[in-house]
Amino acid sequence: MIGFTLNGAAVTVAAPPTERLSETLRERLGMVGTKVGCDAGDCGACTVLLDGKAVCACLTPAARVAGRQVTTIEGATPELARLRASFLALGAAQCGICTPGMLLTAAELLTRTPQPTAPEVETALGGVLCRCTGYRSIIAAVVAAGQGAAAPVTEGGVGASVQRLDGAAKIAGDSFGADAWPPGALLVKALRSPHAHAAFTIGDLAAFRARAGVVAVFTAVDIPGRNAFSVIPTFADQPAIAASPARFRGECVALVAFAPEAAPDLSAFPILWTPLPALSTPEAAETGPLIHADRPGNLLVEGRVRKGDAAAALAASAHVVEGSMTTGFVEHAYIEPEAGAAWMDKGTLVIRACTQAPAMDREDTASILGLDVGQVRIIASAVGGGFGSKLDVSLQPLIGLVTLKTGRPCRMVYTRAESMTSTTKRHPASMRGQIGCDVNGRITAVAFDGCFNTGAYSSWGPTVANRVPVHVSGPYLTPNITATARAIHTHGPVSGAFRGFGVPQGALWQETLFDRLADMAGIDRLEFRILNALRDGDASATGQVLRATGIHDCLTALRPHWTRALGDARDQPGRGVGVAACWYGCGNTALPNPSTIRIGLSQDGKVVLHQGATDIGQGSNTVIAQIAAEALGLPLSAFRLVGPDTALTPDAGKTSASRQTFVSGRAAKAAAEALRAAILLRANAGQGARLALAGSDLVLRDGAAETRIDLSALPPDRFGQAISAEATYDPPTTRLDADGQGAPYAVYGYGAQLVELAVDRALGTVTLLKITAAHDLGRVINPILARGQIEGGIAQGIGLALMEEYLPGRTENLHDYLIPTFGDVPPIESLLIEVPDPEGPYGAKGLGEHVLIPTAPAILNAIRHATGAEITRVPALPHRVREALRP
Amino acid sequence: MPAYAQSYARPETLPEALRLMADGGWLPLAGGTDLYPGAGPALAGRVLDLTGMAGLTGLLRQDGLRIGATTSWADIMAADLPSGLWALQQAAGMVGGRQVQVAGTIGGNLCNASPAADGVPPLLALDAKVELASLAGVRRLPLADFLLGPRRTALQPGELLTAVLVPDAALHGGSSFVRLGARRHLVISIAMVAARLVVGKGRVTEAAVAVGSCSAVALRLPAVEAALVGQPVSEAVGRVQADVVQAALSPIDDVRASAAYRCEAAVELVRRAVAECLEGMGR
Repeated sequence: MIGFTLNGAAVTVAAPPTERLSETLRERLGMVGTKVGCDAGDCGACTVLLDGKAVCACLTPAARVAGRQVTTIEGATPELARLRASFLALGAAQCGICTPGMLLTAAELLTRTPQPTAPEVETALGGVLCRCTGYRSIIAAVVAAGQGAAAPVTEGGVGASVQRLDGAAKIAGDSFGADAWPPGALLVKALRSPHAHAAFTIGDLAAFRARAGVVAVFTAVDIPGRNAFSVIPTFADQPAIAASPARFRGECVALVAFAPEAAPDLSAFPILWTPLPALSTPEAAETGPLIHADRPGNLLVEGRVRKGDAAAALAASAHVVEGSMTTGFVEHAYIEPEAGAAWMDKGTLVIRACTQAPAMDREDTASILGLDVGQVRIIASAVGGGFGSKLDVSLQPLIGLVTLKTGRPCRMVYTRAESMTSTTKRHPASMRGQIGCDVNGRITAVAFDGCFNTGAYSSWGPTVANRVPVHVSGPYLTPNITATARAIHTHGPVSGAFRGFGVPQGALWQETLFDRLADMAGIDRLEFRILNALRDGDASATGQVLRATGIHDCLTALRPHWTRALGDARDQPGRGVGVAACWYGCGNTALPNPSTIRIGLSQDGKVVLHQGATDIGQGSNTVIAQIAAEALGLPLSAFRLVGPDTALTPDAGKTSASRQTFVSGRAAKAAAEALRAAILLRANAGQGARLALAGSDLVLRDGAAETRIDLSALPPDRFGQAISAEATYDPPTTRLDADGQGAPYAVYGYGAQLVELAVDRALGTVTLLKITAAHDLGRVINPILARGQIEGGIAQGIGLALMEEYLPGRTENLHDYLIPTFGDVPPIESLLIEVPDPEGPYGAKGLGEHVLIPTAPAILNAIRHATGAEITRVPALPHRVREALRP
Repeated sequence: MPAYAQSYARPETLPEALRLMADGGWLPLAGGTDLYPGAGPALAGRVLDLTGMAGLTGLLRQDGLRIGATTSWADIMAADLPSGLWALQQAAGMVGGRQVQVAGTIGGNLCNASPAADGVPPLLALDAKVELASLAGVRRLPLADFLLGPRRTALQPGELLTAVLVPDAALHGGSSFVRLGARRHLVISIAMVAARLVVGKGRVTEAAVAVGSCSAVALRLPAVEAALVGQPVSEAVGRVQADVVQAALSPIDDVRASAAYRCEAAVELVRRAVAECLEGMGR
């Protein structure tokens, strides 16, 4: 027995002495606030205090804490109390998965250094990774905690910097996919292909099943339904469990369910691998053997936009720039590996897991398992980061299968390596083409060809292939365009959705060429963009006449910063300034994309918001509620959130394509307005009536008249509420024709970013000094959450530009795969621009993906400004920058 | 008694630990920062936890400096040490993050024998020796003779690394550590350099320069050191010749950088380490 003091109380626990303390705390002591991100000391998520000092619990043998003090996030200290308040007030917790580790590491700092400076915070917290915030808000929150208590904002409608409604859970150690499971849950492990392409034969399973601890083994033959899924059903091609051959490294080929107390071990699993030649690049794949028999040339989809005559316009242009850009696989690297649990509830298969798309999970899982959709219930756990990869099912059908077949509850937690090898990536892109302008610098034409490595299965490859040509003009008036993007299958990891669906890659190509073109035209690079910026009434590349085009406002907002930055950089060796812009259509591309939101008043006097728009850290729990509160006229503090849960919440679609604020926001506004109308009708009150809740009484004041409705006396409606309403919103779009012409999106958001940096010419290293980001949100629903999105998106853009490249078999951990750390993200000044879109709720537009798009090209443009070096392949690792600097 | 009690020991005295080591089959465990990555929920096999021995931890001035094998990077960083150790202290602050610095030990860093071990170049520049103990007795080896290759050391069966010994002569002068990675924190070095210089009457009188991550084992650069000794301080950096640095190195291509780049960067880092060392001494 190991005896120690845990959060001030004496505990004893029986555990193997060298068991990871994280395991002991979570599995034996129920302290699931300690999060496990990597089991390698690379992420710091599992940080606890051991005798007051920060250590990774995953690297600490349980026996070593004997007789000592351990503090976890379940504990309470004066430092933690100040930090928690500060994190809430300053938006320092987004998804919340890194938050326990951040808080505890910061708590140690405050005991050593009660009033730390920002550089002291950065150094002290450098061992904890965050994928959401970009770190700046965390630094600010810890500095503020040293200065005293922060004042929280808990009330407010549209425009208020209200703290996250789910924030209290985040700072307490929220309940993610790995953090809740039924008693007696079997432990599920997947056997995965160690090869990019390999045939396999499975040996004597009976013998393996007979091993101690093994409860059940499943292979492809055990899948009762259709063993093929895709986020786009018509492309369904990916098996939940592959039959031979495996088509990518990390593909699941068998499942083993172990007894709850077993030590899972797959090393004796009877399988014989025969590696086969693998197609690792699109170039090889386009002329190679077919990976899917029905896709000639291994072509999944080619997207195309054609308007005018680009070739003729280029030939007639005063200036033409030609260039290429290459990007690699990029890993989402959320700190929460995929995790979840499954159990039967009467006849229903219940799956609780981290997800961005509960309704899609339900459909896919039901199809794979041969169930009716109504027999599957998906409960979304808190999600420790998603960024697109948790749109696709991962373990949902796997744990569903185990529970369905065994009748027993089960759970599964991916290792970091499993998460990295088996889930989707950003598409590697190989892009080339030309852009021309006339003698005055006005863009004449764009000719673009992009090849996107979509990996072994379809996932979101079609979406990327279609989105890129639509967006590759950038937010600039482009009268002539020919743009094609091909998604080509390889035996690489499945490329899917990652914040921007290929648009960031396209912007890297277009925005870096713009700088060269501006130079050829002899025009300042920012002014060149302002000159060409789309304006209201302009037609886009797809022929859509635009309104509420905020790009001109974003670019002009940067003017004073640009002038100042260029002045600061002048005559400073190695200093450079770059700018790039973005636009991004919110919601599905030219496809239906509805959200439904339900809102009601309970009999006990609460506003119950059925909020199915999954909050993966971006803030939909708060933003959707703020919109609803504004429309309903009741305070946020009266709100109670329900869901996302396919049994309780109507389908608010998936958290993707920067659509929740816009699409679910519109549905929430409509639902709240309908509820308000129903209330006013019931009380026969006028439109201007003010609503309030007093206990179970709903109070209406209309001028001098006051009406009270006793909600507890009303019979419950079919949703169990005293009064409720539901509304659906589907953005109006049109299909694209064969030339990609049409109105694919109802709302676009815009942005532009200015990067200041210094290049160390001798080493090729880049130090970012400041980023100024102007983004048009239409209407800012919550400024602090908006800034959090901007800072977090910029951090991922920095990673794309400077350090991130996923190489199968080589960077399957968080020390070889580098994401930005504290200190890699410079101070960020956010300029929130509001050009209201008549289609958005209160004018609001999407933001989540826009914010990543301009960062990487702006960095490359600043490197070129600083040194003349033209980088055409990212990440711009030091050796590549150095190479580009060679005369 | 559970079976696992036979698989874990945390002795409080060195003789007890050495007796267990003599039995064979025990895996020494210090901070755990290199053993746990890649492990399952617990470490496999018989584990000998070295952190229960008070005598193995801490810094002691005695014929130079004795650094106990299980002294953590955080303790090295926080200690008040002579200027010859500044490079080691700088390196201590760059090993992983705070969490790894609190747990990770200097002895573990050496026994793990990574070509990218942050502790090695500063210790090479300090002419450090390692103290190796077994039931047969104690022996001392220069660090360069202890590190045989990637993940290979001169530890014999039954031996434990008990201390790192820095000779008195090496405590003097100034020192600096510079390293290069693609991000600010939690980085495995692309290349790193430690320099220790002694200056008298405006000239470099002693020089020690070591480079890590650019060869199978981090190296001292005697030819570079020879070129520095006797030079006026103002001319020292200029005496670092690229071809002389590069002749000593044999880097590899990996996910972090190309070999050619490492060669080039190492030269620049040597110059910067020398410059920073001299600058630090001037303050």
